[in-house]
Amino acid sequence: MFTLLNLVQPDTIEAAYKALVEKRNNIVLGGCAFLRMGSQRIGTAVDLSRLNLNYIVEQNEYVEVGATTTFRDIETNPLLNRYFNGVLPEALSQIIGIQFRNTVMIGATIYSKYGFSDLLTALLALDTEIELYKGGRMSLKSFLESSFEKDILTRIFIKKNERKANYQHLRNSCSDYPILNVAVSKLNDQWKIVVGARPQRAIIVQKASEELANLELNSKNIDRVATMAANEITFGTNMRGTADYRKCICKVLVKRAIMEVLQCK
Amino acid sequence: MQIEVIVNLKKIKMEVDANEFLADTLRKYGILSVRKGCDTTCCGLCTVWIDDKPTLSCTTLSFRANGRKITTIEGVHKEADEFAQILVAEGAEQCGFCSPGFIMTVLAMKNELTNPTEETIVHYLTGNLCRCTGYMGQLRAIKTYLGVQ
Ligand SMILES: Cc1cc2nc3c(=O)[nH]c(=O)nc-3n(C[C@H](O)[C@H](O)[C@H](O)COP(=O)(O)OP(=O)(O)OC[C@H]3O[C@@H](n4cnc5c(N)ncnc54)[C@H](O)[C@@H]3O)c2cc1C
Ligand code: FES
Ligand code: FES
Repeated sequence: MFTLLNLVQPDTIEAAYKALVEKRNNIVLGGCAFLRMGSQRIGTAVDLSRLNLNYIVEQNEYVEVGATTTFRDIETNPLLNRYFNGVLPEALSQIIGIQFRNTVMIGATIYSKYGFSDLLTALLALDTEIELYKGGRMSLKSFLESSFEKDILTRIFIKKNERKANYQHLRNSCSDYPILNVAVSKLNDQWKIVVGARPQRAIIVQKASEELANLELNSKNIDRVATMAANEITFGTNMRGTADYRKCICKVLVKRAIMEVLQCK
Repeated sequence: MQIEVIVNLKKIKMEVDANEFLADTLRKYGILSVRKGCDTTCCGLCTVWIDDKPTLSCTTLSFRANGRKITTIEGVHKEADEFAQILVAEGAEQCGFCSPGFIMTVLAMKNELTNPTEETIVHYLTGNLCRCTGYMGQLRAIKTYLGVQ
C-alpha cells in the first residue's frame, strides 16, 4: 500500500501541474487501483477531481474523453457503443468486474503505457490522439513510442470516421490479465493490425497491415497475413505464456479479427 | 480532514486521513457490513454504491466521497433481505462472507439491466468472488429474483 504525505485538489490544470513537478515523489492520482498495489511513498498527491475531466462529448470531428473518465463510463456510453462497432466498450468489458471499472480511469491507464493493457490495443487501432498538459497534443502512437518529462494526461480525442474495428483477446481465466490481445481496424482500404500484451506494449504491425490492402481477402490470403503479422513482431515470455505460445496465438487472433472486420456493417 | 457524506440517506461528517480508504472509514463509523477480502481489487467484497454506482470501497480514497451519496447493504435492507431469502432457499449461501458485496452488485444489476440473459448476469458479476458456492446456486437465485429464464 502507498503512503501519502500530502494531498492537493487544485482548481486549475496549471496549479495541478505546478504541484506535480514541485518534487520528484509528487504524483497524480487516478483511480488508485494500480497505485495501491505498490508501496510508493508519495510526497504530494495531486487529485484531479476538481478539474471537470470526467466526460465524454461528441465534437465535430472527434469524440473527446476527459482523463478522469472511468472505464465503466466508456463501456456504457451510447456514442462509443455506436462508433467503431463498439470496439472500446468490448475491450474494456473484460477487465475484472463492474465495480473495478467504475473505479479506474482512462488517463492513468494511457499515461502508464501498460504492456498488458486492453484499452491501449483497442485505442491504437483507431485514430486516437492524446493531450499532455505540457507536452501538447499528439497521436497515441507517437506518445507510446516516445518518453516524456513528468506530465498530466488531460484528454483523449478519437477521430470520428467510418473505421470498422474488432477486438480479440486470450486469457487464462476471465478477469485475469490478457496473455495476448489484438485489435484490427479498416478505414476504406487502409488496415491497422495492433497486437498488445506480447507482453510488451501494443504496437501497430506495419507491413502486415499494408499487405492487407493489396490482397483479395480470401481465407488463404488472410492466413498468410496473420502468419506474416506473427513473424513481424517480437514476443516475450512471462508467467502467463511463452513467446512461442504467444506467437501461435497471435496468428489465430489476427485471423479472427480480420474476418470479424470483414463482417462489420 | 473533514468530509461530509450522505451514508444510507443520513448526512454524516467524517474525519479522515488523506491516506484513508472508504472501506476503512465506513467501518470506523460503525458500518460493519463493509469488509475487505483481498488486497488486489479483485474480490468485490468491499462493493458499495457511490452515487448509485457499484464501486470498490477498498480502493476509493475517502476524501473523494466528500459530498457524495454512499449506499451500503444497511441502506437497502428490505431488498437485500428479500434476495437473501431466495439465496438461502437455493442453498446458495454457505459461509456468507462474500454476501454484502455480492448482494450490493446484484441489486445494482437489478436497477441497471432489464431482463438480462444468463450470460449478461454472469458478466455483471465477474468482479464478485465466492470461495464456497461454486456460483450455480447464486445464478439460480438471481434468475428467480429477477424473474428471468
Ligand atoms: C489487479 C489489477 C488487474 C488489472 N487487470 C487489467 C487487465 O486485465 N487489463 C487491463 O487493460 N488493465 C488491467 N489493469 C489495469 C487497470 O485497468 C488500470 O489501467 C490501472 O489500474 C490504472 O488505472 P488507475 O485509475 O487505477 O490509476 P492509478 O493507480 O491511480 O495510477 C496509475 C499511474 O498513473 C498516474 N496517473 C494517474 N492519472 C494520471 C494522469 N491523468 N496523467 C498522468 N499520470 C497519471 C499515477 O500517478 C500512477 O503512476 C489491472 C489493474 C489491477 C490493479
Ligand atoms: S476488498 Fe477485494 S476488491 Fe475490495
Ligand atoms: S459463501 Fe463463502 S465466500 Fe461466498
